[in-house]
Amino acid sequence: MLLHHAFEATCTRVPARTAVVCGDERVSYAELSKQAESLAALLHAHGVVRGDRVVLLLESSVEFAVAVHAVLKLGAVFVPVSPLTKTDKLAYMLGDTRARALLTDARLEPAWRDAVARSPALVVNVVRGLAQAQDANQPWPVAPAASPAPAACCIDQDLAAIIYTSGTTGEPKGVMLTHRNMLSAWASVQAYLGLRDDDVIGLALSPSFSYGLYHVLMGLGIGATLVLEGSAAFPVRLVERLAQERVTVFPGVPTLYSAILALSNLSSFDLSSLRIVTNAAAALSDPHVQQIQALLPNARLYSMYGMTECKRISYLPPEQLTQRPSSVGRGLVNQEVWLVDEAGQRLANPATGELVVRGSHVMRGYWEKPAETARSLKPGPLAGESVLHTGDIFRTDAEGWLYFVGRSDDIIKSRGEKVAPREVENAIYAIEGVLDCAVIGIPDERLGQAVKAFVTLKPGATLTEREVIRHCLARLENYMAPKIVEFLADLPRTDSGKIRKLGLR
Amino acid sequence: MADLKTELRQYVQDNFIMGAVATAFSDSDSFMELHILDSTGFLELISYLEETYGIAVKDEEMVPENLDSLNSVAAFVTRKRGA
Repeated sequence: MLLHHAFEATCTRVPARTAVVCGDERVSYAELSKQAESLAALLHAHGVVRGDRVVLLLESSVEFAVAVHAVLKLGAVFVPVSPLTKTDKLAYMLGDTRARALLTDARLEPAWRDAVARSPALVVNVVRGLAQAQDANQPWPVAPAASPAPAACCIDQDLAAIIYTSGTTGEPKGVMLTHRNMLSAWASVQAYLGLRDDDVIGLALSPSFSYGLYHVLMGLGIGATLVLEGSAAFPVRLVERLAQERVTVFPGVPTLYSAILALSNLSSFDLSSLRIVTNAAAALSDPHVQQIQALLPNARLYSMYGMTECKRISYLPPEQLTQRPSSVGRGLVNQEVWLVDEAGQRLANPATGELVVRGSHVMRGYWEKPAETARSLKPGPLAGESVLHTGDIFRTDAEGWLYFVGRSDDIIKSRGEKVAPREVENAIYAIEGVLDCAVIGIPDERLGQAVKAFVTLKPGATLTEREVIRHCLARLENYMAPKIVEFLADLPRTDSGKIRKLGLR
Repeated sequence: MADLKTELRQYVQDNFIMGAVATAFSDSDSFMELHILDSTGFLELISYLEETYGIAVKDEEMVPENLDSLNSVAAFVTRKRGA
């Protein structure tokens, strides 16, 4: 059983059903399947084979769904990359994975043009909206293939995806996930969420990240309809869409709920079809929980917790929400979790320590990063197995309910995305005139944490806050750019001269 | 209107776009599609419009038709100021 088999079965079972709604497009399962086959055949014709990495630099779109399934069909490995990614980082990811193909959009050309030129392993770049083929660039939509690509001959231990996540070193790490890892996470999530084939899933999250991605995989595997509402920038439009399309399942993050709940005309929309509402990436505030419950009395609201390295770790059953609103639950089926102390010793509940996860959904490691892998994956109780050390500090009560305490490293969570301070600092150091800088997260009502940068300048240099922010926007994903920049004469230092972030607020 | 568009273009350029990797954008290009503005960027743009042009942007007016290109913003501000 491979990750895309459920989707292929659905295409045969309900070909006429609407699979994806995006803007004015409504695409059936039969059409989606045909497009995936054509794309797979094109990639195959260019020599993409089992195990090859294919990078997806795409918006939330029909093409994203087509791309994932075309790549899987070939037994190749899809690497979803946020469409906010800028040139240097994209070039890094193409180089790091030695990607054989890129699947992207003409509108994102400023990001990929130079990156493609710097990627010698790349044999084909399929570009949505490109008028005609030029060098390695191929137009998309793709002409129907004369003969389909041969089906994947891989097994479920093979990689299905590599998903990048922020690393404390500032260099993104590729999380390697096998078909088995992803199917296992799918089954554990489905066991509590219970998605149905008559569900309409409203997806405002980016499918380039794990949370959004699994809605595309599971939704299309189960036979539901996906409504892709690309941008969270216009909350009114989003809510209108949820009402119009009679959306039944809505996954969100606190920043998104905050924008929706702030709408003064929210009560004028009929959202009564919503039956499942989920939150992840960061905790919802108590007032927001109450507002969602009041707005959607018939919906089940799930607080969830997870990370790319294994997709999902815990969920709070909705009936527990009133009793323990700040808990993320007690784990998942077919998975074990426990806390360890700093020496790695397992702690009995109640306790506070680092959360460890054991299960078949845990990644194979970080792509070609053995040192980072060894820090996260450590030997488990059975010979030969690995368990995931999450780096997240939790508190448990006597019954094992989990309460998030904080990160054991300095990773910032802004808008629900992980931001590595080092990555932002590296971008700021590239500005002429910057002597030193330090980046931290500060509490922010809307963003969860906001990125704040402290900067010292070289003698004679002048720089404004906005110049620093603009510079970062040009090099980093938008959510990584600092919201606030403070200029200091000196940064606080430890005795050894290292910048001491604890003194910064 | 032409002056207003020039001012708005300058604002977007000064605040969101950077020299060498600048995205060239026409008056009708979508800020969202070109990733010039994201959700935070639109909120900043709205604050700027409110402060600079003395208008109040209502929740239901926060839609792409009013905000997602130089043409749309200029027409929206003109309409709001005339109202």
